[in-house]
Amino acid sequence: MLRMKLLAIVLFTAIICVTSVHAATEIICASTTSTENSGLFGHILPLFEKKTGIKVKVVARGTGAAIEMGKRGDADVAFVHAKEQELRAVQEGFFVDRHDVMYNDFVIIGPKDDFAKIKGIKSTVEAFRKISRTSQFVSRGDNSGTNAKELLIWEKAGIEPKGRKWYREVGQGMEKTQRVANEKRAYTLSDRGTWLATKDKDKLEMIVVYEGDPTLFNQYGVMVVNPEKHKHIKYKEAMEFVNWLISKEGQQAIASFKDSLGNQLFYPNAK
Amino acid sequence: MNSVVVSFNQALSLILHLDRELLSIILLSLRVSGSALFIAAAVGVPLAALMAFGRFSLRGLCVSLLDTLMGLPPVVVGLFVYLLLSRSGPLGFLALLYTPSAMIIAQTILALPIVASLSHSAIVSVDPVIAQAASTLGATPSQISMAVIREARYGIMSGIMAAFGRVMAEVGAILIVGGNIAGFTRVMTTTIALETDKGNFEFALALGIILLAISMAINLALNVIRRKGGTERQR
Repeated sequence: MLRMKLLAIVLFTAIICVTSVHAATEIICASTTSTENSGLFGHILPLFEKKTGIKVKVVARGTGAAIEMGKRGDADVAFVHAKEQELRAVQEGFFVDRHDVMYNDFVIIGPKDDFAKIKGIKSTVEAFRKISRTSQFVSRGDNSGTNAKELLIWEKAGIEPKGRKWYREVGQGMEKTQRVANEKRAYTLSDRGTWLATKDKDKLEMIVVYEGDPTLFNQYGVMVVNPEKHKHIKYKEAMEFVNWLISKEGQQAIASFKDSLGNQLFYPNAK
Repeated sequence: MNSVVVSFNQALSLILHLDRELLSIILLSLRVSGSALFIAAAVGVPLAALMAFGRFSLRGLCVSLLDTLMGLPPVVVGLFVYLLLSRSGPLGFLALLYTPSAMIIAQTILALPIVASLSHSAIVSVDPVIAQAASTLGATPSQISMAVIREARYGIMSGIMAAFGRVMAEVGAILIVGGNIAGFTRVMTTTIALETDKGNFEFALALGIILLAISMAINLALNVIRRKGGTERQR
């Protein structure tokens, strides 16, 4: 009995003592599910780490939550995609040194047969209006960058979608939202990266019904948490990351990232 | 059904060619949940004893409170610990957010009520004859307590195992306070959630099967210890 007890204690201590890694310098980057889940960070971060020795720890949330993390001082840098919100947060003094990094675009996707006949419509706003009249719309409903873009379009269309029968807020990531739209034969707004990366894997019976309007432009930006608000922020390292992202080298790293099907998902456009 | 078969095959091959990343994820899961359980047991069992033997007012209320806390939703615990450890929170200066320590704290809060409450039930349901016998044999109050706790050890063990099941399966709290950072705070359950998000259903399910297998191995080991103890007692 005593031996068994000892064995149990030893096992337990062994489990507890398994050591954790200690990297030299680490910064926390609050980012979004689209950048993390697409595999972009897995592609570019090792390059940055190799060059500078700085380890970037990514916490992936919706854009709204990621900005909030930075405001509270729980991250050193934010890499998100909702330019209006970002600029507001900079103006309020929570962030400094915001830069455009890259872009892709949003697409409206719907059932294969496009029964609401969205194809061929002239503007995003018109497309949204028609969906609201004839079909169902599945919304992220999670305060993400995509969600913010969608709400902006509804606002432009003069429609208040919340609480309407044809409007479903799922409160989930992009991929799950697509799956819900697929099951419900509904329309939704997706970012092209997620759409390309997942449409075959998830066996979506959907197609892109509308694309190419400047309204659907999806800009990603990076900004550093204001060190005057939060003293512990690793400003120097965070700036090194930002400067690398917008440098020729970082921009090339982003451009060279392809998904498993060979599609380029993000287009660098730092100035 | 097909994907379940695929997942089983994938789980098997994952176990066979255990790669370093997966191994570190599994070890971190065990380390976080194991540490949380260790602390919860170290605090919870004495707490249970105190409530069983102690004579203080509001004892009934304390017991009910613990029973209620057993049902704490992990996300609420996660949010609470997040606000506590956030740089803008009261304990922000500790810089614990998004570290394994934060995850251990959250899981300890989840495990503690289960360990304490179930241990308390086990201790109070010990046959009163034990205490009487010990008392007749001239035992001091603390010796009597120890005898009763010893008698309740299987019930206490069950409580600890139940808490272990809860923390190993939990995802809501550690996702919030750990951040699911690759190679640092990513554990089995948060990996499963992430892979599900990414649409890698088969891989996610394969990880689930591995998690279940680990839990089963640990439970079997604990049962062996328990049975050894049982046979020894009969002798």
